Amino acid sequence: MKVSLSWLQDYVAIEMEVNKLADALTMAGLEVEAVIQRFEYLKDVLVGRIIEIKPHPGADRLKLCQVDIGSRILPVVCGALNIKVGMKAPLAMIGAQLPDNKPLKKGIIRGEISEGMLCSAGELGIGLDLSGVHELDSTNEIGLNLCRALDLDDTVFEIGLTPNRPDCLSIIGIAREIASLQNVPLKLPQYEIPAEKGDINTLSSVKIQDINHCPRYSARLLEDIIIEPSPFWLADRLISVGLRPINNIVDITNFVMMETGQPLHAFDFDLLAENKIIVRTASQGEKFKTLDNKEYLLTEEMLLICDGKQPVAIGGVMGGLNSEINQNTRRVFLESAYFNPASIRRTSKKLGLSTDAAYRFERGIDPFKTVAALNRAAVLMAKISKGKLIAGFIDEYPNPPSIQPINLSVSQTNRVLGTKLAAGQIEQMLKSIEFKVDSKDHDTFIISPPTFRVDVLRPEDLMEEVARLSGYNQIPTTFPHIPAEARTQGGLLALRNKLKDLLTGLGFNEAINYTFIHAASCDRLNLKSDDPRRNLVKIVNPLTEDQAVLRTSLIPGLLENIRNNIAQQTPDLKLFEAGKIFIAKGTDELPVETEILAGLWTGNRIKNTWYSKPVPSDFFDIKGAVEGLLSGIKMRDLTFTAMQDSQCTYTRFGHTAKIFDHGQELGLVGEIQPSVLKQYDINQSVFIFEIDLDILLKRIPLEINARPLPKYPSVSRDITLIVDQDIEVEKILTGLMDLKEDLVESLHLFDIFEGDSIPENKKSVSFRVTYRSSMTTLKDETINQLHQELSDKLITKFNALLPG
Amino acid sequence: MEKNLEQINTAALKELDAADKTKKVKELSIKYLGRKGELTLFLRNISQLPPEERPKAGQRANQIKKELEVRFDNKIKQLKRGALAVKDEIDVSLPGRTQEPGTLHPITRITREICDIFISMGFDIVEGPEVETDYYNFEALNFQKDHPARDMQDTFYVSDNIVLRTHTSPTQPRVMEKQDPPVRIIAPGKVYRCDSDLTHTPMFHQVEGLLVDKNVSFGDLKGTLTTFIHRMFGSKTMLRFRPSYFPFTEPSAEVDISCVMCHGKGCRICSKTGWLEILGSGMVHPAVLENVNYDTSRYTGFAFGMGVDRIAMLKYGIDDIRKYFENDFRFLSQF
Repeated sequence: MKVSLSWLQDYVAIEMEVNKLADALTMAGLEVEAVIQRFEYLKDVLVGRIIEIKPHPGADRLKLCQVDIGSRILPVVCGALNIKVGMKAPLAMIGAQLPDNKPLKKGIIRGEISEGMLCSAGELGIGLDLSGVHELDSTNEIGLNLCRALDLDDTVFEIGLTPNRPDCLSIIGIAREIASLQNVPLKLPQYEIPAEKGDINTLSSVKIQDINHCPRYSARLLEDIIIEPSPFWLADRLISVGLRPINNIVDITNFVMMETGQPLHAFDFDLLAENKIIVRTASQGEKFKTLDNKEYLLTEEMLLICDGKQPVAIGGVMGGLNSEINQNTRRVFLESAYFNPASIRRTSKKLGLSTDAAYRFERGIDPFKTVAALNRAAVLMAKISKGKLIAGFIDEYPNPPSIQPINLSVSQTNRVLGTKLAAGQIEQMLKSIEFKVDSKDHDTFIISPPTFRVDVLRPEDLMEEVARLSGYNQIPTTFPHIPAEARTQGGLLALRNKLKDLLTGLGFNEAINYTFIHAASCDRLNLKSDDPRRNLVKIVNPLTEDQAVLRTSLIPGLLENIRNNIAQQTPDLKLFEAGKIFIAKGTDELPVETEILAGLWTGNRIKNTWYSKPVPSDFFDIKGAVEGLLSGIKMRDLTFTAMQDSQCTYTRFGHTAKIFDHGQELGLVGEIQPSVLKQYDINQSVFIFEIDLDILLKRIPLEINARPLPKYPSVSRDITLIVDQDIEVEKILTGLMDLKEDLVESLHLFDIFEGDSIPENKKSVSFRVTYRSSMTTLKDETINQLHQELSDKLITKFNALLPG
Repeated sequence: MEKNLEQINTAALKELDAADKTKKVKELSIKYLGRKGELTLFLRNISQLPPEERPKAGQRANQIKKELEVRFDNKIKQLKRGALAVKDEIDVSLPGRTQEPGTLHPITRITREICDIFISMGFDIVEGPEVETDYYNFEALNFQKDHPARDMQDTFYVSDNIVLRTHTSPTQPRVMEKQDPPVRIIAPGKVYRCDSDLTHTPMFHQVEGLLVDKNVSFGDLKGTLTTFIHRMFGSKTMLRFRPSYFPFTEPSAEVDISCVMCHGKGCRICSKTGWLEILGSGMVHPAVLENVNYDTSRYTGFAFGMGVDRIAMLKYGIDDIRKYFENDFRFLSQF
């Protein structure tokens, strides 16, 4: 909200320097977000003296002036009638930015150069007169800045108010805070109700049909008013806080709203059918045209202000076109009401219609001040629009709420705040912001908050006031008592941290992608129709279609990262991401959130270097990374099983393996299907892994048990078998281990060969078998015999041949 | 004649000594010992010597010949060894066959830094779901339906009752529902708001803190956060607490720190104020404690929340918030 210091000074003497005051307000919870010099825009307007006036050769109505600004004499084309030689007047220089104008440029007007503009008060925004150049007192120094010449000095604070302080959505509300900060009195506007005649109750009536939506409705009536522009002081007040003057009646409603925080609405009384007001909720589908000439479709919960026939306003939000103040208005029906905040908010949200009035009603105005604001506005209207007040006022207020006093314990306040404030100090602070303070006993006050403080309901709210007024920074800094218990980061957090560290050690860079993706991602990944990852969580109000659903896979984000990096000439990448995927359950049910670790490897494993030609990465790079990663968390007995072609969707057939830990599937490793890459405009092979961290977490070994180192030497023997090409090597390895020979310590594959010397559809596979006994040094003949037996068994089992 | 022999020997040794290449040594070998070499010629012409001198001269010439042969050989070996020694040097300035380590995302780095500080202060780390019910995200935290406080956070909706969590605060009621006081938790995680411009991304990261126990005061909140800020930004960092409003805390405080760039003088980063808004905090609102059936006459607490992305920007001098989720290698590899 904008407040100008000149307006504030009507209600409180400002003693603090401007920046100090801004700081003090910020520290009192009213954050001053900007301090604006209101007349900053006049910085390029100087006092000039007209020293010569000649007719414009090309235009009868224009004159050519020479204007002295002290340092120079400038040619200025001017059309005003009141100019004369020797006159001092405001001259806007080239570059000046006047209200409602573009920056002033050097111009050629009908063939004559003009290097400035002689301005009227209206053009400068310092008065209403547009009829001629604003004549300045002859004592003003030539070349002086206009603001200094006219002593135009006003500062505007832009205050970011939190939703709990609707009482500060008014100049008086802010003035009250300043008065308390400076410990000076608040001066409320004084006015007397002039002589009235007639009786409002014989002319009009108000009936509230829904007191829940509209607990209070007050009104006054004026006649013989004249609609005209507001006097300058009134227009100036509105302009100073960013409102646009319209006419005297509407301006007064806005003025009083800004002054007191009570929104008002003025109806043309003669346009109200049957001269009466009925407050009711709308019927479903009812239509209404607001004064900005827009039609709205209403729903049942919305509140309407109606006359004898039809709606004339959406209560608390906006008035209607059919009853607005116009040039012919002679009688004004002035509304000052209290509407239910939640109801106003629902209506304003639903209609997408936010107004200054709705903003205040939905935050909560003072329900007890409708009549005061009504009188203030009516008196101003009578004076400014030369109208007459009809005697009396209407005030429908069937159920005024009772004010609930709050008990505040001094010791509890000090305990919660960590302060040692005396009861007297607390009492004085609360009284300074108009709270009523009574003592109950030596430790307890009974506090009645002022009616405008609708946010203060509990002792804690009062404690905040005490903290705020004593200054948060005055509260002593202490420390909570925390027992010296050992804290450990367990579970998923620790696992995730460990995996991330291992992956960075393996040369992977961590990525973080948006968790929302495009709904078409499932199709792009070629997911089957019954894939659970097609159960998308859809966002009702996404920012873009690209971010319309929550991801069910980390792969789309990572693929996009590759594309973008390739575009930035970084084709060699190793990325990983740990994050959640979201599988939808039912509507109104939370989705299943699963944490996935995914990584990718693309481009060259080795770049073109002095020691090597470029080496492209392949399946075994990413597989090796996964083996290394899981080995880093002591998971070493993994099996990788070829994924059936029919199961492969976004990964390439025959180039994809499932990762198992003793029968439990952990995830997959594989190459991205070229058709999927095409969807992401990627023209190079991409190898990925995906691991379900929730599953992995349950399977990591919790303890490490060290084995004693062997006492006796090992012996190695090689074996080469020629087997069918499609036999997976891992099957032979597990087959070998399954023979459960106690003396076989380890197996190591060291060669695979297919080609000339090997029969067609066969491959040669060579292993080194290491034998060791924990009891004795093995003898050659023992080993030879064992090795022979082992070979024979394998030959039989895999239908193998021996080489040669 | 004999004197001539010694002259040949001396000359040969001198020349050999000066020879610095095997080729030169081989030339010398031909010059002295070759078929037309000086020593060969001497031996060939020995018959011209007086008979009594012949045996001695012959003996001496053969001795010199043998010695020279060995010396030439050795010299060649020596020179070859020398050449080898030169070839054995490597260009140590060539780049190594490096294994470039990867990097953690800056958000991860800062989240860990924040969590580690609070772990050292006795807090536990917890996490909560990113898709939340309206109850945990708002109602349990004292955001009433149809209250303007809900406008403080632009919300992504999945349905009327399900939202993407707008803050990490739902972890507060979730933890308190399952656990009796004392509670000391830190909850990092992703949060979502329907807002995207130069300074906002629709997804960002927060760290939440909650401490509930007997006799917890606003002063304790100040002490805890002051310690944290000093560890995170340096012990010379100044703090100020100013009144603010969050529905789930009362009293509420915004915490500003002296600008990390200009140290309070005023610059672009702090919009010339010298202060940076870094944390929201306050004493846990009794309504929040009542919602989880805590006895508000016995327990009080404080809570706080901070934006990780913004802290990372300040710590690393990152100038564009959108860089976080583009995952450009040139950005990631800097951390």
